[in-house]
Amino acid sequence: MMKTKTRGLLLPFAGLLIIVFHLAPLYITLSIALKKMTDLSSRWTIPNYLYWQNFVDAINSSHMLRAFTNSFVITVGTSFLIIMIGAMAAYPLARVRTKTNKWILNLVLTVMMIPTLSIIVPLYKVMNDMHAINTFWGVILVLTTHGLPLAIFTYANFIRTIPRDLDEAATVDGCNGYSVFFRILLPQLKPVTATVLILAGLKVWNDFEFALYFLQKPQKQTITLTIANFFSEFSSNINAAAAAALLAVLPVTIMFIFLQKYFISGLSDGAVK
Amino acid sequence: MKVFRRKWTSGSHLYVMYLPALILFAVFVFYPLFEGVQISLTNWNGYSQHYQYVGFDNFKMLFTDHKVITAFQNTLVYGVGSTVIQNIWGLAYALLLNQVFFGRKWVRSAVYLPVLISGLVMGFIWYFIMQYDGGALNDIMLLFGMERVDWLADGSRGVKIILFATSMQFVGQAMIIYLAGLQTIPKTYYEAAEIDGTGAWRKFFNITLPLLMPAIIISVIYKLIGGLQLFDLIVALTGGGPGSSTHSFSTLINSLYFQSQNAGYATALGIVLFLFILCVTVVTHKLISRNEVEH
Repeated sequence: MMKTKTRGLLLPFAGLLIIVFHLAPLYITLSIALKKMTDLSSRWTIPNYLYWQNFVDAINSSHMLRAFTNSFVITVGTSFLIIMIGAMAAYPLARVRTKTNKWILNLVLTVMMIPTLSIIVPLYKVMNDMHAINTFWGVILVLTTHGLPLAIFTYANFIRTIPRDLDEAATVDGCNGYSVFFRILLPQLKPVTATVLILAGLKVWNDFEFALYFLQKPQKQTITLTIANFFSEFSSNINAAAAAALLAVLPVTIMFIFLQKYFISGLSDGAVK
Repeated sequence: MKVFRRKWTSGSHLYVMYLPALILFAVFVFYPLFEGVQISLTNWNGYSQHYQYVGFDNFKMLFTDHKVITAFQNTLVYGVGSTVIQNIWGLAYALLLNQVFFGRKWVRSAVYLPVLISGLVMGFIWYFIMQYDGGALNDIMLLFGMERVDWLADGSRGVKIILFATSMQFVGQAMIIYLAGLQTIPKTYYEAAEIDGTGAWRKFFNITLPLLMPAIIISVIYKLIGGLQLFDLIVALTGGGPGSSTHSFSTLINSLYFQSQNAGYATALGIVLFLFILCVTVVTHKLISRNEVEH
């Protein structure tokens, strides 16, 4: 009896320690962001006043709103393309087992393993030849390409769990392969599309490598680039820098709080099936 | 019914559906890769019209360049080290959270939240912690009456800090994968073991671990691919410094291209990184899938 009682308290207590530990970096950032530059108290203590001016400074001095808009446009455009092209590609790969398709699945896997930085120099040259540097469409196409493998696998895994009888019934009714996909299968892909959207959207929102190389023009910069520039230019104003970091994290955190179920099932579905 | 099935499996016309994806792969991955092989054989500086073919000189130089050798060691530490740490750590969290207790959902959320943050921002946040002057860690040192430490001034310590920071950020991914994996193990297996009087450790090694193999394979491969490419956290936290002591392959490629304007050499290093990741992933996959069991 004694044993179960202490155990009943032990686990929540261990849990609390884990929560404190993993949120500590964000807590420190928050405490810096809320302090005046002249306040040299420890970063572990939240001040007894709240200095919102840091957030205002961060927004004003770095065109943060423009960067937010840019990141948003790129994220929406890329996610849309990844979902369309990914779902379409996954369908024949999941349904038709041929040697070619097996070969193509391996090809997709290889693409997933190619590190961004190992092709970035030649890719820059290719993009330059296409006049795609400093354009949204250019960076959207590149990000789409690199987000596709995961989307294709996630969709293909899901389509395999949908009974084939359904396709066959539709074929009997006179649908051809394409209309089976667009009329019968596509509506069923809604739950997995939420997963793909979150995984792909998050990766694009947080992208730094591609933006660093392909969006150097200030007007086109994304939120991650803006943060990077902010830290190198205003490194003396660490309080505003902390505020800028928090602002960049805010949209994702809010989405996580409301759509937690999708974030978590997204990763585990993609992984375990 | 047979007729339709045959019609389906021979549905070669459906190939059109993956054509857009293949075109994108061709233009933005395979063509640059092919172009990269050519660039790696030149001394191109990244923008000039003029460059010379230098054969395998770039590749030969890689093997004697101490910067590359350091970056290679660091890449191994970041890749393999963070894979081992995150999988053990994540499995421990998953085992804990697989039990019912008050607040376990909050624990899951708190551990997972940093996964969503860009590595770049996380790197800057760790800078707030590791800074010499006013850094959060040095505040703790002072609190316990110790001297302040310039944590990032020493390269080998910098590597360990980066390893820890990235592991702590992404441990939530492994945790979620293992939590999902644990839920696929039938409870009857444990009940049967209990009747036989099997101890907790044996249950873990004889039931949990073997049946978790599919999840372990996915998580390990996932972490390896990510860890061996580690880039933005390093850029933000140390920038590869002091000197070039904390560079990974990825950050070194970046600095060779931007700072040294040595595009041919940077590309050669990129190709080596790709081949390296390919080998490590394939070998790891072969090694651990051997232990897979059916249930």
